[in-house]
Amino acid sequence: MKLKLVTLVLGAVMAGAPAMAELVFPSLSYRTGPFAAGGTPFADGYADYFTLLNERDGGIGGEMTRVPECETAYNTEKGVECYEATKGDGALIYQPLSTGITYQLIPKVTADGIPMHTMGYGRTSAANGKIFEWVFNYPGNYWDSASIMVKHALDMEGGDLSGKNIVLLYHNSAYGKEPIRTLEELSKKHGYGLTLIPVDSPGQEQKSQWLQIRREKPDYVFFWGWGVMNQVAIQEAGNIRFPMDHFIGVWWSGSEPDVLPAGDAADGYKSTNFTGTGTDYPIFDDIQKYVVDAGKAAGDGSSLGQVQYNRGMYAAMLAAEAALKAQEMYGVTEINAAQMRDGMEALDVTAARMAELGMPGFGPEVHVSCENHGGPGQGLIQQWNATDKKWVAITDYIESDRDVIDALIVEDSAAYAKENNIEERCK
Amino acid sequence: MFYREAGDFKTSYAEDSQTFPIKFDRYRYYVVLLIAFAVVPFIINDYWVNAVFLPFLIYAIAAIGLNILTGYCGQVSLGTGGFMAVGAYACYKLMTSFPEVSILIHVILAGGITAAVGVVFGLPSLRIKGFYLAVATLAAQFFLVWIFNRVPWFYNYSASGQISAPERTVLGVSVTGAETAPWAAYMVCLVFLTLSAILARNLTRGMAGRKWMAIRDMDIAAEIIGVDPLKAKLSAFAVSSFFIGIAGALFFAVYLGAVEVGEAFGITKSFLVLFMVIIGGLGSIFGSFAGAAFLVLLPVLLKNLLVGGLGWPTDLAAHLEFVIVGALIIAFLVAEPHGLAQLWRVAKEKLRLWPFPH
Repeated sequence: MKLKLVTLVLGAVMAGAPAMAELVFPSLSYRTGPFAAGGTPFADGYADYFTLLNERDGGIGGEMTRVPECETAYNTEKGVECYEATKGDGALIYQPLSTGITYQLIPKVTADGIPMHTMGYGRTSAANGKIFEWVFNYPGNYWDSASIMVKHALDMEGGDLSGKNIVLLYHNSAYGKEPIRTLEELSKKHGYGLTLIPVDSPGQEQKSQWLQIRREKPDYVFFWGWGVMNQVAIQEAGNIRFPMDHFIGVWWSGSEPDVLPAGDAADGYKSTNFTGTGTDYPIFDDIQKYVVDAGKAAGDGSSLGQVQYNRGMYAAMLAAEAALKAQEMYGVTEINAAQMRDGMEALDVTAARMAELGMPGFGPEVHVSCENHGGPGQGLIQQWNATDKKWVAITDYIESDRDVIDALIVEDSAAYAKENNIEERCK
Repeated sequence: MFYREAGDFKTSYAEDSQTFPIKFDRYRYYVVLLIAFAVVPFIINDYWVNAVFLPFLIYAIAAIGLNILTGYCGQVSLGTGGFMAVGAYACYKLMTSFPEVSILIHVILAGGITAAVGVVFGLPSLRIKGFYLAVATLAAQFFLVWIFNRVPWFYNYSASGQISAPERTVLGVSVTGAETAPWAAYMVCLVFLTLSAILARNLTRGMAGRKWMAIRDMDIAAEIIGVDPLKAKLSAFAVSSFFIGIAGALFFAVYLGAVEVGEAFGITKSFLVLFMVIIGGLGSIFGSFAGAAFLVLLPVLLKNLLVGGLGWPTDLAAHLEFVIVGALIIAFLVAEPHGLAQLWRVAKEKLRLWPFPH
C-alpha cells in the first residue's frame, strides 16, 4: 500500500506534460516481443511520414504534428494502458496495429469520441459505418483479403476451384479466426474443401501443422500469420517442398523479414498487399533528404521501401489527409478528435492526389462515406523473388467479392449493434 | 517507538487474537482502508484506474488465491491462468444467459464454478507431490485454454472467438462496458479484494488454515495427528480456485472488457501470479498485496520514468524494463528469500526498537 502511494506521487509528477497546440497522432507500436519484426518498420514508417510533414511543410495546414510512441509488445493489457496514457494528450486518431487491442479499444474509443483507424486489420464488420461510428478500416479488411486470395486461386485454376482443397493455416486468435467465416461462405460458392489448422501464438512451433499439411497434400495453403510465425511457416513450407506459388499469405504475412530467413526456399511465395513496395516513388527522395539524412528517422533508415514501412507511411498519409480534410471542413487548423472523425468520413484520396503527394499508384483510391468505413476493398497479389530479394506485384488491384462480403458485414455488425443497443446512423 | 505493545492491554481472547493486535498497526490499517474507500475514488481518473489500480486489485485477489494453495497448503500450481479463464468464461456465459441477474452475483458464481473445476484438477494432488503436481496443474492450464478456444459454445459462437462483456450495472451505475466511470470499476474491484482478503485471512488462521499448514509442513505427520489430506487438499484447491475465479471474472468483465483466451490467460499469466506470490511472500496475505503491487506497478513506473521522464526510445526502455525487473527480483530474493512480507516484518521489528536497539 505504501509502495502504491509513493508511485502515485511519482507518477503524478511525471504525468504533468505540457499541452501545446499541435496535432497529436499517438503510435501504439511494438518494437519488442515476437511480433516486433512487423511492428518496428510499420512504426518507423508512421513516424517518419509525420516527421517529413513537419520538416518539409511545417506540419499539416501550419500545425506541427507530434507522434508520441507507446510500446504495447502486441499485448492487450499494455495496449489499454497505452491508450489511457495517451488519450488525454489531445489524441486525434488511434492505429493500434493489433486486432486484439482493436477489440479492446472499440468500446473505449466510442465512449471517448476518438476515431480509430484499423487499416486492413481489426474488426472486419467495422466497415459498416452505420453501426461503427468511430471505427474505420479502409482501404480493405480481412474478408477482402480472403476473397482476393480465393479469386487469385480461381485465376490460377482457370476459373474453377471445385474439388480443390484449401488449408487455412492461422494464428489461433481473433486475428487468425477472422477470415474463417468468409472462406466458408466462399467454399459454398466455389465448391472447394476447407481445412482449418490453427497455430498457437506466437507460432514458433509449427512442425505438427506442417506434417498435417504434408499428409493432406492440399492444393493451396492460405496463411494468416504475423511476426515470428511468418518466418517459421515459410521455412517449414520450404522444408516439406510445398509449391511456394500455391502458398498465399494475407497482407500481414508478406514482408521482407518474413521471407529473408528462408533464403531461396521462399522464392515464389505470394501474399496480398494494398500498398506499393520499394522506394521508386518520389516521396522517398524527400524522406531521404528531410528525415533520414537529417538524422531524424525513427529507425536506422534501412527499412525504407520495405512492405511494412511503406504500409506505416501509407497509414500516416491517410491520417494526415483526413486531418487536412477536417481542417478544410471546419476552417480551423487546430482540429479536435470529433472533427478528425468527420474528416475521415469525408476522406477522398484520388489517384491524382496521391501523385501530388509523391506516391503515384501507391495504394488504391480511397473514398469513405458515412455508410462505408471500409473503403474500396481492393488488394493485389505480390510474389517474392528470392534472387533479387524483392516483392513483385503480379496482379493489378483486385476487387473482392462484394456480394458475399457485404452480406456478412451487415450480418456481423447487426449482431454487434443488437448486443450493444446501437441505433443505425446515416439515415 | 512504533509498533509497541506497551500500554496496549487486551482484556479478552477476541482482542488478543485479532488480525492487527498492535494498536498502531490497527490504526494504520484503518487509515489505508479509509484512503482506499473514501479518498481514492474521488481523485482517480481513467489512466490510474486502468493502468495501475484495476490490475493491482485484481492480481492481488488472484495472488491471495494462489497463496492459499501454494503458500499455505504447499501445493505448487501452474494452472492459475487456466483457472482465471474458467472464471472469465463462466462470468461471460452467466452474464449473457441471465442478463437480469446482478453482475456481482455472477462474479461470485463464477468463483464457485472455478472452485468446482479446481477441485477436479486438484484430485491428482492426493497422489502426486511437488514438481510432479506442478506438471499436472500445467496440464490443466493448457487443457483449459485449449477447450475455451476449441468449443464455440463458450464464446457464444462469435466469429472472432473473443468474448466481450456487455454493459451491466450495480445500483444503477454501470460497472462493465465502455461507459463505466473509473471510480465505479475501482470500487467493485476494491470491495471484492477487501472481502477476499478478510475471508482469506480468517480462513487461514482458523482450523482450515491450520490443517493446510500442517499438510504443507509435513503431510504424513499431519495425517497421523488426524488431518484428512483429502479434505484439506481439496478444500485448499476449492478456496484457492474460488478467489482465482473471481479475479478472472473481474479481469475480463471490469478490467479488459474483451478477452481472447490464449493471450489473456496463457501460461505467462500463471507464472506472473506465481512470481507475485513468491516475491510477496509465501503464506502471507500481506505478501499477496505486496507481490501484486511490485509486479504491476514497477513496469508502469519504469516505463513512465524512462520514456515519459527521460524521453528514451520505447524499445530500449521496454528491454531495459525486463532487465531491471529481473535484476530486482533476483536481488530481492537473494536479500530476503521469504519475500517482501518478511522484509516488512523485519522492518516492523526494527521500528519497534528504534531508536534504542540495545
